[in-house]
Amino acid sequence: MSYFQPEIECASRETMRALQSERLRKIVRHAYDNVPFYRESMGKKGLTPDDIQSVDDLPKLPFVSKDDLREAYPYGLLAVPRSQVVRIQSTSGTTGKRVVGFYTQEDIDHWDECCARAIVAAGGSKEDVVHVSYGYGLFTGGPGLNGGSHKLGSMTLPMSSGNSDRQIQFMCDLGSTILCCTPSYAAYLAETIISGGMRDKIALKAGIFGAEAWSEEMRRDIEAKLGIKAYDIYGLTELSGPGVSFECSEQTGMHVNEDCYITEIIDPKTGEVLPEGSKGELVFTAIAKYGFPMIRYRTRDISVLRRQPCSCGRTFLKIGRLMGRTDDMLIIRGVNVFPSQIETVLLQEGCSPNYQIIVGRVNHTDTFEIKVELTPEMVADTVKEIEKRENDLVEAMRSMLGISPKITLVAHRSIARSEGKAVRVIDNRKI
Amino acid sequence: MTIDQLTVFVENGPGRLLEITETLSKAGIDLRALSIADTAEFGIARIITSDHQRAVSLLREAGFAVSTTKVLAIGLDDEPGALVKVLRILADESINIEYLYAFITRQKRQAYVVFRVENNDAASAALAKHGVTVVGVADIDGA
Ligand SMILES: [Zn+2]
Repeated sequence: MSYFQPEIECASRETMRALQSERLRKIVRHAYDNVPFYRESMGKKGLTPDDIQSVDDLPKLPFVSKDDLREAYPYGLLAVPRSQVVRIQSTSGTTGKRVVGFYTQEDIDHWDECCARAIVAAGGSKEDVVHVSYGYGLFTGGPGLNGGSHKLGSMTLPMSSGNSDRQIQFMCDLGSTILCCTPSYAAYLAETIISGGMRDKIALKAGIFGAEAWSEEMRRDIEAKLGIKAYDIYGLTELSGPGVSFECSEQTGMHVNEDCYITEIIDPKTGEVLPEGSKGELVFTAIAKYGFPMIRYRTRDISVLRRQPCSCGRTFLKIGRLMGRTDDMLIIRGVNVFPSQIETVLLQEGCSPNYQIIVGRVNHTDTFEIKVELTPEMVADTVKEIEKRENDLVEAMRSMLGISPKITLVAHRSIARSEGKAVRVIDNRKI
Repeated sequence: MTIDQLTVFVENGPGRLLEITETLSKAGIDLRALSIADTAEFGIARIITSDHQRAVSLLREAGFAVSTTKVLAIGLDDEPGALVKVLRILADESINIEYLYAFITRQKRQAYVVFRVENNDAASAALAKHGVTVVGVADIDGA
């Protein structure tokens, strides 16, 4: 077993708690002293930094929501002089205002370390060629894994997303061994590699895929197609970026980098902290991030937290596969629909996991359409066979979701992808 | 003897069919026959070309979902009732036709009919028994 920083990754519970408590005290004081938002929100609860002495005091602190961040745009949460900021990253801001994150050099160093640990956990070392096909720029995916790979000392290919022919060319010519990108882009590259007859020419052994929720079926599909082991990675721009948590060889959940993040699970309705093993909303406190402190940030991501020994030797607690985002959930004709359920059905039915959900409203009734890309194997020469395929899918969706969508088969690779991140939901309802 | 037919899924929308034919013509591949089945939402283009393998890989590279279907082709005498005779043979042998399309070659002034049936061997045998021979792609080449 190898680790990037064994003294941290395999630290005893007592050592880690002591480190977390110390870092929590410091970050709370820093936020209180430098950010009016934190001073006010703590003040409303009658708290001062002296009330926070250890990890046990964390639940006393107020939450930070995504709306708080949007209101603070652009400089509202900046906690250091601008001269100390060396980097800015941002969310894509598809709904409402963007969230902008500020990083000091120390923040970047911690972020890079978190990503380097993820690469090592996926079997990476200095000997590897790390192919980063996440988008670069404001999006944190590319810069995060790039930084981790660089820190580790691996040969880093800053490919960014798009131009798949060039991606595959470099993969073959330079012998890329670890691919980092979104799972939907990995699935797309896998299809392209296979249809181009290039499967024997690639040397990939592992993939680190994140920035989107994906299913176990999709993991097995990508693993089989590329002949690799596929690892999940999690993070948010609000919390630096990818590398908040990462999978190890056990592939049974993602270890949280506990020296940098304290994890809680709460009931999304009441805000109450739930015991280990319960399903709820993930809340993180970044304890090693000074440019843009994030204390009890409500992620809206639904998961489970578990602390049990792992065969990899790491003592970091694990969060389970994301079960969806509280804001990903669609309510269609009164039924809760998670895009991840649709993906599961598509993979079970042997379809491409590239899909798009289009919701609308006609005469006060929701319309629900799923566009599914045809794979070459699905191309039939008779209309009745293609229509049968559509009907089978409608039936499988109905039994999984409880409502029937209209299924529209569309041409191979016709669903738009941006920064390697597929646009999964188009909600045209004006409510 | 069967003929390789390209089957391409085409979303209904302007230009998609043009894109297919352009991709092939730019590469110097001739279309021998083309037939389209369409519904309100999509179309299926069935194409026989002068160079099947190359056409498949070119269209795949261009991003089309393409598959290969084995079909039968026969030459028809230019006389009334020639097709009726063939259809009668297949019907008598209980061979179901999924679809068929016909085309005429310019130089040979010969008509050909392409059949898609469930079982190519059974259909070929039935036709042979009545003196109708299926042709290969070479027979309709240079058309
Ligand atoms: Zn582990």
